[in-house]
Amino acid sequence: MEYLLQQIFNGVVFGAMYALLALGMTVIYGILRLIHFAHGALITVGGFIFYVFFTMLGLPFVAAIGIVIAFGGLLGIVLDVIAYRKVVGGPEVSMLITSLGFYIFIENLMKLIATPQPYPFKPPAFLDRIYSQWIITFRTVDIFIIITSVAIMLLFNLFIRKTKIGKAMIATAESGETARMVGINVNRIINLAFIIASAIAAITGFMWGSKYGQISYDMGFMAGVKAFVAIVIGGVGSIPGAMLGGLILGMLEMFSVAFLPPGYAGYRDGIVFFILILILIIRPSGILGEKEVK
Amino acid sequence: MEPIKPPFSRINKTVLFLVAAPVLFFFLWIAETTLSKYVILIITFIGIYIVAAVSLNITNGYAGLFSLGHAGFMAVGAYTSALLTFPVKLRQPFALPHLPLIFGGPEFQWPFFPALLMGGIFAAVIAAIVGIPVLRLRGHYLAVASLGLMILINAVTMNIRNLTRGSIGINSIPKYTNIFWSYGWAVVTIYVVWRILNSSFGRAMMAIREDETAAQVQGINLLKYKLFSFTIGAFFAGIAGGLYAHLSGAIMPWVFSFNLTFQIVIMVVVGGQGTLFGPAVGAIILIVLRYALKPLEEGLGIYGLIELIYATLLIFIMMRKPEGLLGTRRKLSS
Repeated sequence: MEYLLQQIFNGVVFGAMYALLALGMTVIYGILRLIHFAHGALITVGGFIFYVFFTMLGLPFVAAIGIVIAFGGLLGIVLDVIAYRKVVGGPEVSMLITSLGFYIFIENLMKLIATPQPYPFKPPAFLDRIYSQWIITFRTVDIFIIITSVAIMLLFNLFIRKTKIGKAMIATAESGETARMVGINVNRIINLAFIIASAIAAITGFMWGSKYGQISYDMGFMAGVKAFVAIVIGGVGSIPGAMLGGLILGMLEMFSVAFLPPGYAGYRDGIVFFILILILIIRPSGILGEKEVK
Repeated sequence: MEPIKPPFSRINKTVLFLVAAPVLFFFLWIAETTLSKYVILIITFIGIYIVAAVSLNITNGYAGLFSLGHAGFMAVGAYTSALLTFPVKLRQPFALPHLPLIFGGPEFQWPFFPALLMGGIFAAVIAAIVGIPVLRLRGHYLAVASLGLMILINAVTMNIRNLTRGSIGINSIPKYTNIFWSYGWAVVTIYVVWRILNSSFGRAMMAIREDETAAQVQGINLLKYKLFSFTIGAFFAGIAGGLYAHLSGAIMPWVFSFNLTFQIVIMVVVGGQGTLFGPAVGAIILIVLRYALKPLEEGLGIYGLIELIYATLLIFIMMRKPEGLLGTRRKLSS
């Protein structure tokens, strides 16, 4: 029973991180119909920026996180302006290829700068305390991850529903043409979507690093691809779906590690994609999504 | 559908092929007798990459789908062919199982050619199983599903230790592949793709690429043609994988990772998606570039430089000349 609760808790923590990534990806997908492969790379960048400013330069935690967010947002603008704006409007595939190119570019740049070795990653002391007197064992960083993710998701939902720009974002996702016709500056909306999504991904990089205890140049690849799996599980194009999908994916992954015989632990990533293919067979529209089958 | 071109132009092209192929092999023969072993190895590698890139172009270039699973299919072909041809004497010390009865029993070692074909067929079967559900969906689902398939295959090769020896990989694979095998298959691949293009199959594929709805209205069975292009691409990917296994003599799961897929994708994009010789040109340019830059990378100790240049090249091509080096700009129907 305790074991089960512990695994559920772990699943929620991982699920929260997947959900955050999936949130950013689904917003970009909704507006541009782009599977944003480079989204994963932003986790890596976020993790390393935090490492540089917090561990190496010794800045206060809040300042380091602030820099991570700012840098993530900035990178979002850069990606949007120098890359996607030039290929938007072409076939969907050319955006996909471009984002693939950017992923590889960022990954190998990180490899050049940071060398292929993984770095040990320690969160600040107040997030590194271990509590085990209650039913489950957890670190304060786990609680931080859950609270921050819930806060970000709630804020994002408020932003989408209550503010004018948020509503414009939904309108653009529904139909870019129509949005342009009613006077929405679509380019600005796309830009904003990239900033928000990238900033969130960069914070997730910090969470990811502190959860795994290390950061490396290629950590973003799996994370990014899994975030897309989360989107497919939840339903492509649906924001609550992305969050739900992330949570489910985190749970499934934890459970597959915890409850399968030890010899099968190596299949962890394999299982995730097996689930993806299974879902595409049974219910391609996902749990909360609308049909997109042609 | 009637062929668009008059029949005699096809005959001319067939003649061209029949003339060009022996000329190519004559040059390869000269190369093999005069050049150093290292250079021959690189040239042979280029041939394998031509097979891989030209076959990826069927899916990504002509059918307008986007597959990222090519390395996975290459892994299937490589492992199948390596296991079938593995010497019987060495199976015991390598802890590899003997062949089951349907593949000839414990005392049997397959010859190279049928083993290679088997690898291709096996890759194609896997492509068909995954393709049937996934290809019903919008094109970019295939990108993620095929990438997922690649990771799944990677996980399987890493973990079925008594069949693939896990992360150690299999070595001492008989080295059958030489420059003629590699370019023989390259010529076959290009010929097959060229014949497909000039058939109703190819025209249906390209019609789907241009406009799915319009193609469907014309009575084209979308799933059939998409599946056909995906499986035939996977078949040649399996062949390329088998050729690779018998050239390098050793295969490890990490060889067939995302990086390999990415390289092949760049070859296709740089050379020109949807052009017959583009991917081959892309393969030649990128491999030559790789080996030309290798001393620089190793000398300066900055690993990842080549991938960085590849990625930059890809982004640059996508922004400046998305049709690739050999492509002509098509008017986009939006």
